[in-house]
Amino acid sequence: MSLIADKFSQLARREEGALIAYVMGGDPTPEDTYSIVDAVAKGGADIVELGIPFSDPIADGTSIQAAGVRALSAGTRPGDVLEIAKKAKEKHGLPIIIMSYFNILFSQGVDNFMRHSRESGVDGMIVPDLPVDEVGPYSVTARKNALDTILLAAPTTTPNRMKLLASHSSGFLYLVSLMGVTGARESLQAGAVSLVKYAKKYTRGKIPLAVGFGISKPEQVKAVLEAGAEGAIVGSGIVNQVQSYKDDTERMLAEIERYVSSLKSASKGSG
Amino acid sequence: MRKGRQMDNMKGYPEGGRFGKYGGQFIPETLMPAVQELEKAYLSISKENAFRKELDHYLEEYAGRPTPLYFAPNLTKRAGGAKIYLKREDLLHGGAHKINNTIGQALLARRMGKRRIIAETGAGQHGVATAMACAALGLNAEVYMGTEDIERQKLNVYRMKLLGSVVHPVDSGSKTLKDAINEALRDWVTNLNTTYYLIGSVVGPHPYPMIVRDFQSIIGREIKAQSRKLAHSLPDAVVACVGGGSNAMGSFYPFINDKGVKLYGVEAGGLVLHGMLTYVLQDSDGQVSSTHSIAAGLDYPGVGPEHSYLKDLGRAEYFMVSDEEAVEGFHLTSKLEGIIPALESAHAVVFALKLASKMKRNQSIVVTLSGRGDKDVDIIAKQSGFSI
Repeated sequence: MSLIADKFSQLARREEGALIAYVMGGDPTPEDTYSIVDAVAKGGADIVELGIPFSDPIADGTSIQAAGVRALSAGTRPGDVLEIAKKAKEKHGLPIIIMSYFNILFSQGVDNFMRHSRESGVDGMIVPDLPVDEVGPYSVTARKNALDTILLAAPTTTPNRMKLLASHSSGFLYLVSLMGVTGARESLQAGAVSLVKYAKKYTRGKIPLAVGFGISKPEQVKAVLEAGAEGAIVGSGIVNQVQSYKDDTERMLAEIERYVSSLKSASKGSG
Repeated sequence: MRKGRQMDNMKGYPEGGRFGKYGGQFIPETLMPAVQELEKAYLSISKENAFRKELDHYLEEYAGRPTPLYFAPNLTKRAGGAKIYLKREDLLHGGAHKINNTIGQALLARRMGKRRIIAETGAGQHGVATAMACAALGLNAEVYMGTEDIERQKLNVYRMKLLGSVVHPVDSGSKTLKDAINEALRDWVTNLNTTYYLIGSVVGPHPYPMIVRDFQSIIGREIKAQSRKLAHSLPDAVVACVGGGSNAMGSFYPFINDKGVKLYGVEAGGLVLHGMLTYVLQDSDGQVSSTHSIAAGLDYPGVGPEHSYLKDLGRAEYFMVSDEEAVEGFHLTSKLEGIIPALESAHAVVFALKLASKMKRNQSIVVTLSGRGDKDVDIIAKQSGFSI
């Protein structure tokens, strides 16, 4: 069993949902990311998702776009993010997921990139511009390198595609809660709860379901878990803390830890 | 004009969305049902007689097709070799080949019941062509454009506004075409149910490269028919400039199986080192670079997947022309033939001059003049030290 799958079953036994915390690698600098990941882990995140900044992040809204720009301006390279993953794994032992766009993997050779990732302690990959239709050769390589291939489902996903996704995804299935791009929203999108229930019909007994996009508040975490999801993914909310406090590192780390801990509390007793 | 003329090139369906190993659908899951719906709609609607008739009507009565194939005696004399013909897409409504595609896709969108059209634009030509088509067909157009391009192309921005479109400035990334595309995709993913994304070149996820190619192939089909009539034979070579590559694809495609016709795509060298341009301009990490060419229409860091395929097959060859050479082509075409070409097209002309000089006098070359040069006059004036 992969470390990610194992984490989900541990949490299920404790009747907790998984809190998956996204951190943009290299934002505001690669050095700062090490301590941000520490803060996220201390706050109680169950799984860490590390972003590799990309020049053309089409699935991301303004918060993560800006984080990517900061990371790239700080000179962050894919290898730097894998180095952060390695350290985080050694220190916290948490499952680590790499999130990036396909061109980053493709340009260095998918096999090469995945081998390097595995050696850096990475457990799974999220590639938002790689739909299940294109995933074939890529998931073979991922399996060879003992990496989970986490696929995304969306509000537009048809029943047939849901079936396909539930059987091709590994680790968990990432459900995009809304029509649109990543980013914090005031409230959960209307229809998000029924979307979770719809997806759940296809994932139940097969693979854990985690919900992301537009989830940044404890009550939103609670709502998607109560609707039946096994996990919640928070990205822009954390990135926004970095943006707000990046000039005061100590404060930034304290705020992130506090924020993550409030999200984690919401995931307890609602799994 | 024969009915259904526009769609006669419907063969050439890319299996699995691939041209060889190129193409595909590397997009978020949310968009997948939309591109599948688009493909299905296109394949069925484009076969309908009523649609073909409507398209032919707009291409002929509104856009001004067919465009002439003009024998350019003075450029021919200058080169001293093969005969040079110019395919006058610059004479179309709006002054460029872009309208072939925007009319086609806007009609398709209307048939699909989508009345909100979004588009990206670099230099503004595709934005203007989208705005014209939407105004003519009663659709609402919103165009994404990088703030750097907005600054460089104020006239086109105002044109779009005059035509009733909304222009959304894009301030992310390099603030140019590729970022405008990113932003248009983000809009599309948010407003899928009401919105049609009208892509301007043979790029993007399948089925766009196929759709745009098919709508632009009218250029090549006319070249073929006109060459037979004028010269009683097919040309020995077809030359077109390549940014994303839509006018080139449209010029080449009907000749793919005519092995005697050589196909040449001409790219902008600009400030980019030749060795750096592979298929996408990127650094060693895979970060996509912004591009710089004197011709804004060639400022796209990638080429359409079918061009990559034709290149690998050896069916088409691709060459670079520098900014300086393009400016020379601009002046020569203006002075010798009385035609002020778009700087993009001037790349193709200057390459054709070199090519013609190495060919025999009984041979012929067709150069697609993709657009007229009014938009570039101020750039050239500045270069020549005139203030206007």
